[in-house]
Amino acid sequence: MDVPTLSTSSSRSANAPPNPSLRSKPVHRWPDLLFFGIVAAIGLSILGLAMAIVAILVYGSRYSFQAFGLSFLWGMVWSPTATPEIFGVVPFVVGTLVTSAIALLIALPLALGSAIFLTTNAPRWLRGPAGTAVELLAAIPSVIYGLWGLFIVHPYMATTVEPALKQYLGFTGLFSGTPLGIDVFTASVVLAIMIVPTICAISRDTLAAVPQSQKEAALSLGATDWETTRVAMIPYARSGIIGATILGLGRAMGETMAVTMLIGNIDKVPTSLLSGGQTIASLIATELLNNNGPLQESAVLEAGLILLVIALLVNVVARLLVWRVLSVGGGGAVE
Amino acid sequence: MTFDRYARRKLLSHIIAVLTGLCVLAVLYPLASIVYEAFVNGGAVLFQVGSLTSVQPPPCSTLSCKTVGIGPAIQGTLIVVGLAAGISVPVGVLAAIFASEYRAWGLGRAISFTADVLTGVPSIIMGAFIYGYFVIYYPQIALSFYTGALALSALMIPIIVRTTEEALHVVPNSVREAAMALGISKWKATLRIVLVASLPGVATGVLLAVMRAAGEAAPLLFTLGYSTLWFQGLDHPGANLPLLIFLGALSGYPNLVKLAWGATLFLLILILIVNVISRFAIHRMQVRMGGV
Repeated sequence: MDVPTLSTSSSRSANAPPNPSLRSKPVHRWPDLLFFGIVAAIGLSILGLAMAIVAILVYGSRYSFQAFGLSFLWGMVWSPTATPEIFGVVPFVVGTLVTSAIALLIALPLALGSAIFLTTNAPRWLRGPAGTAVELLAAIPSVIYGLWGLFIVHPYMATTVEPALKQYLGFTGLFSGTPLGIDVFTASVVLAIMIVPTICAISRDTLAAVPQSQKEAALSLGATDWETTRVAMIPYARSGIIGATILGLGRAMGETMAVTMLIGNIDKVPTSLLSGGQTIASLIATELLNNNGPLQESAVLEAGLILLVIALLVNVVARLLVWRVLSVGGGGAVE
Repeated sequence: MTFDRYARRKLLSHIIAVLTGLCVLAVLYPLASIVYEAFVNGGAVLFQVGSLTSVQPPPCSTLSCKTVGIGPAIQGTLIVVGLAAGISVPVGVLAAIFASEYRAWGLGRAISFTADVLTGVPSIIMGAFIYGYFVIYYPQIALSFYTGALALSALMIPIIVRTTEEALHVVPNSVREAAMALGISKWKATLRIVLVASLPGVATGVLLAVMRAAGEAAPLLFTLGYSTLWFQGLDHPGANLPLLIFLGALSGYPNLVKLAWGATLFLLILILIVNVISRFAIHRMQVRMGGV
């Protein structure tokens, strides 16, 4: 089947004026162009998808924007029952930032420690299975963490952890209030568990991308395992680890179901870690569909827009860092 | 003196090794606990006659309550995820082909970067944006399988683009050159040779995206809606496993909580199976590419 098409094209090129360049034309021009057109259109639609998300959220938040303008951004009160309704996003921005910051604080040492163990100290037979288990942890749906948090973590928090924290750290003011177990602190702990696999897996990959020569240089100078890690590996993988951390932060800020089930859904700035709160994501989950009127719906969508902007910023920074380290580690290493 | 110092450094190194090992245990403990609790609380619910074929029981709080029936939720999940895969697999794979096989156009990097950033967009935003569009223009189907599938495919497309792209990169350039040297047109070479060679990788990416979508509840809250009935039509709200877990857990009725654990166990088993399959596929692909 290929032979006749080849011969027609060569006879065509024989009739055509001689081509000064040596490049011959592709044999099947039209099918190729058609394929290119389809593929290019769909490829560009990815850019379109990104723009559509922004455009629709901007359009959806127009009522709220008209009513509150920029004061939405520093409004401390979210009250659909007030007359007139008043919506400010600060309680949820605070809730989002506080829960993700605490989650990061808990998750980072655990994730980094595991990544270091899995790349340096772990026996070979353990690396594969343990790595797989960490990835499985990342594959568990958010709502399952929520269920587990609600029925396993929450009672433990309410009866054991939070009373102890209140007793020993109560003087800081961070742990005032009644330890109920459904609060900012429990949500943050479960969030930490959820972002550990993200940070751990990427940190492990960047640590594993450190060239052998770097490690051998440190070892040949008499460095112990830990010194090799500290001197030769961590600096080399630093921007990848930072990128992984920021990705974990991004995941924590957007995580919805588990937080919605554990944070208590109170539309106020949390007064302590043992009080209820709300993140932007849990606000959208609980209030977008309540049909309380166009202004509230619009305000919820505007809060979503703010979450999107934060998530995009975080992700762009993180991706640039991870991309840099992985391409340097892959291509630039002297073997 | 120097020996003492070296011993101290050695000791520190060992202590750190133990500490980081403990980190791994701490990280993996939740996995063990989740699986254990799912079996303890959900085993009896899932492994009983009719659990996959009957409807959810009405809420009740006595001890003799029925705890059977996640059938509609499984059916609804299959339909909405199947529809979403029907949209996102062709779109994702073709977009990845453009990004990876037409590098000369310079847009490849922009597309893979955009897809990469989109994988980090919170899933609830994907739901909110689909809802925001449909509630204005097509409010009668704002809560339906259509919008649910669109929200899930917005979530899946970036994942499929990235994984397909990576699978295409694994195919050695010599394969493309060989096809070109034989005079095979680019579209045919791309679809029938390069794509086929990278198929295990592509399939893995698709499986991962499907599993992610099957466990997603956040974007479906206001797109798929919720129902406890068997499939009523694509323009109706549908039942769904993650939403059954969410609403069951918060319902406060012991039998619905049990049901949520049963659905959890079902999802966990599914995730485990898919993970094993995808690992096997990646391994086979590496073996095959190593042989080229």
